[in-house]
Amino acid sequence: MTDTTRFIPDRLQSPLQKRLKSWETLLLLVAVAIFMANSFASPYFLNAWSLSDATFNFTEKAMIAFAMALLIISGEIDLSVAAIIALASTAMGAAVEAGAGTPVLILVGLGTGLLCGAFNGFLVTRMGLPSIVVTIGTMSLFRGISYIVLGDQVYKGYPSDFAFFGQGYVFWVISFELVLFAILAGIYGILLHKTNFGRAVYAIGNNPTGALFSGIRVARVKFILFLLTGLMSGIAAICLTSRLGSTRPSIAFGWELEVVTMVVLGGINILGGSGTIPGVVIAAFVMGLVTFGLGLLNVPGIVMSIVIGALLIGVIALPRLWSMWRAR
Amino acid sequence: MLQRLITSREVLLLGAIAVLLALIASRFPAFVAPSNLVAVFNDTSPLILLAIGQMVVILTKCIDLSVAANLALTGMVVAMINVAFPGMPVGVVVAAAIALGTVMGMANGLLVWKLGIPPIVVTLGTMIIFRGIIFLISDGKWVNSHEMSPAFKAFPRAEFLGLPMLSWTAILAVIVLTIVMSRTTLGRAAYAVGGNPHAATYTGINVGRTQFWAFTISGALAGLTGYLWVSRYAVAYVDIASGFELDVVAACVIGGISIAGGIGSVGGAVLGALFLGVIKNALPVVNVSPFWQLAISGAAIIIAVAVNARASRTKGRIILKSAEHAV
Repeated sequence: MTDTTRFIPDRLQSPLQKRLKSWETLLLLVAVAIFMANSFASPYFLNAWSLSDATFNFTEKAMIAFAMALLIISGEIDLSVAAIIALASTAMGAAVEAGAGTPVLILVGLGTGLLCGAFNGFLVTRMGLPSIVVTIGTMSLFRGISYIVLGDQVYKGYPSDFAFFGQGYVFWVISFELVLFAILAGIYGILLHKTNFGRAVYAIGNNPTGALFSGIRVARVKFILFLLTGLMSGIAAICLTSRLGSTRPSIAFGWELEVVTMVVLGGINILGGSGTIPGVVIAAFVMGLVTFGLGLLNVPGIVMSIVIGALLIGVIALPRLWSMWRAR
Repeated sequence: MLQRLITSREVLLLGAIAVLLALIASRFPAFVAPSNLVAVFNDTSPLILLAIGQMVVILTKCIDLSVAANLALTGMVVAMINVAFPGMPVGVVVAAAIALGTVMGMANGLLVWKLGIPPIVVTLGTMIIFRGIIFLISDGKWVNSHEMSPAFKAFPRAEFLGLPMLSWTAILAVIVLTIVMSRTTLGRAAYAVGGNPHAATYTGINVGRTQFWAFTISGALAGLTGYLWVSRYAVAYVDIASGFELDVVAACVIGGISIAGGIGSVGGAVLGALFLGVIKNALPVVNVSPFWQLAISGAAIIIAVAVNARASRTKGRIILKSAEHAV
């Protein structure tokens, strides 16, 4: 494992210096570069509607990424998020079959997400099990239940007013999902950076035992974080189901990896203890722009995933290579 | 001695598999017929091969999520080699598969060892990169059965003493790895690194290098399985064995390998894989829709990890009870 020794410098950097050298600044430069490269590469890119379309690539994943960021900062992880989407979407589909209207569907989606999150949280915080194994297990379990319920069938026939959440526009090209994304980014930014709860999350990630002895209810904070991740997956399930208008058990397959990639790309330390919400927001735009830009150039989705994979390793490897090279 | 034997995880798991088989046999006696058990073992062989490699990686406090993608990429490359040079002997193809898998495992290992990137990030990244490379080299096309040479497809099916070569390969790999883990410095170092990395460092064990070799072993086995998989199913495309890495981790967890490192055995990984294999093969027999399989293996993982955690909990005096959960 990595060497965790931390150096205390004898002279502190000025706030401006610190900000300029920060991960977020670097990432923002990457985002701007990709944006410019895209607008040169394709004449269809710089258009309000295509840019608006581009946001659908990341808004749903980013909603989950906010909660996942907090969870990873606290030293845990949830790999079952995509499976929660599948289960919540299946539950909503079943509710439609039973004749439920849109308000009930929303409640079913959110409720399923919360229940799944509570189940993960219970196993990790009450039973003391490692979250990576637990959520690999619940990932199979939740999606497995969807397969049991649906098999090779599909749920359709969502009410027409339900389509608003994934397809509706609030104003001109500003979609409902984009507005929701912005609101959630604000909420999570405040929660992590401006509240006691947020400080507790960092403390737990840096030293869980130390946090416990400082009077932080470690298990409770972690439980709440699993609940939030489940809730966000429920919200994402509502948006995605509404956007697609149908439910299959394979819905959102593999999203957990994209969400974790987004979080790590956003500068959240996978070992816990550091990272910011603005970083995740910029990472969401970077991933959305890369995917959309390559899509405009007719690059197949699987090739884009090479770029995402290389970004994931590269953003961590390059700074380390750089400091190794400088240390010589 | 006897008490230790009875309470060991491997024996418990063996008992669980026996009970499972007995339950199925009470309704469907044909399932436990020797020929069917051989078929079940043969069907589980790829999972066994990958699970024992994954076990070494998990022992050293790492995880390898790229095994299934490694398998798929190696499988595609050897299939394309076979199409290009149909006359190439199977031995050379197998060697190429192992070599290619080894290189991919080494790439993972180097990133973990030399750059200190967390293993989950490295293998998550290489997993999607490997899958993408398959698409790039194959152009998204399939390599189908009729394009492969008969010798290429025959090897895993060839029988020796009543067992197909696929099963023999798994058995051979299990024996070799058991010896490596118990009789070589590398094997003992893997346990030491997982048990206590700091202590291992002070005893002169290079933690990073041990992890590197663990990834290399896992990669080599994945490469070997890649050839066996493609030749057995006689088809290669981008998505073969998609999601299989989770089955592999599940087999390890069910087999009592601690995700925190340092605890586990080759036998445990084999039994964990067999447990999943029996369930997978029994579902159609007992007339349960195959759609149940995913949920059942998920539940099995959760139950296994809960049981393991309960068994390994220290019996010492607990001073601050909740601190135990927190750490």
